[in-house]
Amino acid sequence: MKILIIEDEKDMSQNMQATLEKENFLVEPVATYEEALSKIGVYDYDCILLDIGLPDGNGLEILRTLKDKGYSDSVIIVSAKDSLDDKVHGLELGADDYLPKPFHMAELNARVKAVLRRRKLDGSNLLKIANVSINIDSHLVAVDGEELELNRKEFAVLFYLGTNQDRLVSKSALAEHVWGDYIDQTDNFDFIYSQIKNLRKKLSDKNAGLEIKAVYGIGYKLLVP
Amino acid sequence: MKLLNYTTTYFAVILVFLLGLWALIFYFEILDEIYDSMDDGLDNQKMLVIRKAKQDSSVLKKNAFEDGNYIITPTTPEFSKGVTDAYRDTLMFMENEEEYEPVRLLESVFQQDGSFYKIKVVTSMVEEDDLRKELFFSLLWLYLGLILTIVLLNSFFQQEAWKPFYKLLRRLEKFSIEKDNQIEFEDTKIEEFQLLNERIDRLLRKSVESYKSQKEFIENASHELQTPLAISINKLELMAESAELPPEQMEELGAVLQCLERLTRLNRSLLLLSRIENRQFAETEKIDWNALVKQIMAEFEDFAAHREVKIILSEEGNIENSGNKDLASILISNLLKNAIFHSPSDTSVEVSISSGKIEFKNPGTKPLEKSRIFSRFKGAEKENSTGLGLAISKAIVDKIDLELIYAYSNHKHHFNLNFNI
Repeated sequence: MKILIIEDEKDMSQNMQATLEKENFLVEPVATYEEALSKIGVYDYDCILLDIGLPDGNGLEILRTLKDKGYSDSVIIVSAKDSLDDKVHGLELGADDYLPKPFHMAELNARVKAVLRRRKLDGSNLLKIANVSINIDSHLVAVDGEELELNRKEFAVLFYLGTNQDRLVSKSALAEHVWGDYIDQTDNFDFIYSQIKNLRKKLSDKNAGLEIKAVYGIGYKLLVP
Repeated sequence: MKLLNYTTTYFAVILVFLLGLWALIFYFEILDEIYDSMDDGLDNQKMLVIRKAKQDSSVLKKNAFEDGNYIITPTTPEFSKGVTDAYRDTLMFMENEEEYEPVRLLESVFQQDGSFYKIKVVTSMVEEDDLRKELFFSLLWLYLGLILTIVLLNSFFQQEAWKPFYKLLRRLEKFSIEKDNQIEFEDTKIEEFQLLNERIDRLLRKSVESYKSQKEFIENASHELQTPLAISINKLELMAESAELPPEQMEELGAVLQCLERLTRLNRSLLLLSRIENRQFAETEKIDWNALVKQIMAEFEDFAAHREVKIILSEEGNIENSGNKDLASILISNLLKNAIFHSPSDTSVEVSISSGKIEFKNPGTKPLEKSRIFSRFKGAEKENSTGLGLAISKAIVDKIDLELIYAYSNHKHHFNLNFNI
């Protein structure tokens, strides 16, 4: 899977690249409008992460070019949180998703995977980790083929951690993803612990082959021991 | 007290003293003049009588005021010696008025044909009490007339003259720096008001300018802070993931991350405030507030459970209107979060929706300072709070024309959202 990162902020670009390379994607970063145009003219990408505010042009123009030429590359717009117009325009122009800055790396990972899955995972809507299979469409989870009953939040936690398998997911990333936009103003995310506890208990009751490990002070990691 | 009444009151008080003093002086002057001319008259009368007596000695026998205004009585030379003309006031029975009235009397002596005679000449005198009464009433009418004139002059001329001033006052009353409405100044010929208008115009422009630049500064600063904050957090997250750090150091890293995240939240709140104040939430749609409250309650369910705080909802009415849903959601979540956050464990937050009003109640020990709670960074006493939640709520209600009122009763904080204003 090839991913193009169009982002002028070097550190930001590096972070994104490091995160995505850990997921074994092939990542190419560019920093300017011109570079981006020449890259997309030559190569095909599975996913393009597009920053709107580039020093030498508007990222939305790149999106327009892509769509005009009929390329099928998935595009995720990455832009400052307060630019609602970017979001509206970007989605109108055919972007697949909009990721407001700042974001957690776990969220980037989840969004990229979701976009790729929507586009490419021809029919396969199952995420399999050890003996656990997660059906993304029906929100059903099975351990060794036996159904595991989870509530909405438990499912969301499991799926999010599963998407970021072996990665450290911070509590705030998890809270924002699962508990919604407005929870990010709650200044302490310890409340997610009770859902994690329930989820762990349900998983171990069914002898699931995965473990949710707490990384003290930061967050959680889903591992296959 | 109004300016015009103020000057009128001053005039009224000053006039009492001025007119009083003037009346006193006038009274004595006029009295003096009356006495003077009366005494002259009496003197003349006396001389006429004496001359008449020389021609007609029967005059000398007139010893009662029956049909004249003089009496003559014989006297001795001893008595006459050293007697000079003496004027004095006395009382005399007046037939017409049927009472004793004051008269002016001249007493003198004269010699005729070797005999000495005493002569008394009288003339009716001004009645002082009547004079005083007349004077008092005249003055009273004068005083009232003057006051009335002043009041009328004030209302016609002064008010006309002060018109630009009152217009300016009314405009200043309506002026609000957040609303960015310019004040229009009335043209005036009066120099002082021109100066006043000019100065106030300059002052307002300066304030608006500095208010705007302060707003822009906050906006730009928080905007610029976003990226470095995000990069730092991401780098630390990546580092925590890849480095095999011992648990203690991992904990330290976690603490740093938490601080950075707090900073990010603060920054986001400031940006949100700017966006609200810049009216960047323009889209409106229909809002079902009951549904919205329930949705946000569900989102905060785990947060409340963790803090061991119950949320009790009571619905006595439905509220629907149109507005910006994002703002409405932020408003409700801030108020709910605030109530949960500041409740001790094992207590409950009560949310009640009645027609035109949503009320948030949570237990408290003492009332909060009303003037401060909606100010930025003023309400926060607890650690981990941005101190902007209520400031944001206030900014939102101001924009979407609701009313947010704080009250404290029965050991509970009340935050009331009023929809009927």
